Amino acid sequence: MKDKIFRFLLFFAALIILLLTAGIIFALVSRSTEAFQEYGIWGFIANPEWDPRPATEEYGALSFIVGTLYTAFFALFLCVPFSLSVALFNGEYFKGKRISSFVRSIVDLLAGIPSIVYGLWGFYAVRPLIIDLGINAQGFGIFLSSIVLAIMIIPYASSLSTEFISMVPNKLKEGAYSLGATQFEVIQNISLPTARSGIVASYILALGRALGETMAVTMLIGNTDRIPKGLRDTGNTMASVIANQFGEADGLKLSSLIAIGLLLFVITALINMIAKLVMKKVASI
Amino acid sequence: MKPVLQMKDVSVSYAPDTYAVKNVTTDIYPNTITAIMGPSGCGKSTLLRAINRMHDLYTNIKTTGEITLKGNNIFDMNSMEVRRMAGMVFQQPNPFPTMSIYENVLAGYKLNGIRLNKKEKDEIVEQSLQSVALWDEVKDVMSKRGSFLSGGQQQRLCIARTLALKPEILLMDEPTSALDPISTNKIEELLLELKDKFTIIVVTHNMSQAARISDNSMFMYLGELVEHGNTTQMFTKPKNKRTEEYLTGVFG
Repeated sequence: MKDKIFRFLLFFAALIILLLTAGIIFALVSRSTEAFQEYGIWGFIANPEWDPRPATEEYGALSFIVGTLYTAFFALFLCVPFSLSVALFNGEYFKGKRISSFVRSIVDLLAGIPSIVYGLWGFYAVRPLIIDLGINAQGFGIFLSSIVLAIMIIPYASSLSTEFISMVPNKLKEGAYSLGATQFEVIQNISLPTARSGIVASYILALGRALGETMAVTMLIGNTDRIPKGLRDTGNTMASVIANQFGEADGLKLSSLIAIGLLLFVITALINMIAKLVMKKVASI
Repeated sequence: MKPVLQMKDVSVSYAPDTYAVKNVTTDIYPNTITAIMGPSGCGKSTLLRAINRMHDLYTNIKTTGEITLKGNNIFDMNSMEVRRMAGMVFQQPNPFPTMSIYENVLAGYKLNGIRLNKKEKDEIVEQSLQSVALWDEVKDVMSKRGSFLSGGQQQRLCIARTLALKPEILLMDEPTSALDPISTNKIEELLLELKDKFTIIVVTHNMSQAARISDNSMFMYLGELVEHGNTTQMFTKPKNKRTEEYLTGVFG
């Protein structure tokens, strides 16, 4: 009898989670239909115009999709050398040593800093540097956002790739050492190739984080509603445009913002799915 | 004949004052198979791993004494060079899973950054696989992963990978303990053939294996080398009482 009740409770809890997810998706879809009906799904995605003036009102998501991809991929690019170094430090060179757990907890600390604090730090500490370096006049933009974003995703990329690098079986490494390889040659030819799928998966997950990161980016990107001309330019990401404009939006504009939210949800869900598929490949080795 | 490998007062400790191998002194002669026997934990694998300086990989393990390989003190040599001269085959077959069979044979060259042309590569691969009697079985599946092979084939691939570097001696750490009897039999036959070209030291807990393949045997107990001599003699007329007890199954 007790078993039955417990099973029912578990089933009920699982069902609620499912219903909640379905509810969120339903709300996003139903509230965004106005925008999609007005422009068509592809027409909305491919249109770079975002013009809220009542007379010429027109909404498209392309500027923000491009802005999101720019910031996220540039952040990922900046984060790779650092997170890979941390992963090799903790998973290979100092595996199991005290210094490794120290570095690990420092990196984990980075993950615990609230997004708004990163935003403040970027605004008051990094932005003046960007101005001094002459990257752009105001300091705001893709460049600044990506730097801060890169630091924010280092813990996600490094902690998972540390796991995968330290999971490389010792018998393979000893096999390579016994053939006269140096530690660098073992890392290059054995550890990294063996852990490759796992490392790729951790970067895909980090990319997923970067795509959806909102607060810090909103504070640093400059919030301009057009396709950024390059890394020095200002722009908006899908997340930052929603955060910036949802308060004063209604009607078609609100529906368009929700449509952007739905697109962002779909993109991050896809990214996470790809990462899971890649990780399944790791498990089969 | 001059010994190819000489050990003098070799001791290995995992922690201060706890010795896994104590003052081992002995000579190994070329083109022989030497079996190291003894109960679990007697230090036979530890002694074997001292010869190619595998212990250098772990900072807590200390090796003392003198080991000379072809007249050179191995502690004066670069450890990478020592390991190329003293090839090692492990208990668990460990082909590199990210490499094909072909690449596995050449792994030693790739790892050491030695560049070869296609013709040299093909020659080394064929020769090495021929010498472990694996060539006919794998010549049509060269591009498949090493892990695609059976356990016995994987172990022969690992031996081929070691032989490809043309080592002076071959160190084998219970190379057949993870294999079925048929694969074990094949490896044993292989070792008897390889003896013509190489000097082989094989750690085994299988006494009948030692009796079948080895010329000389070493019996170790509690980290000490109790007896080292001709295998037939040791099995029929052991000099030491503990050797006799071990061989007759009193302990072990």
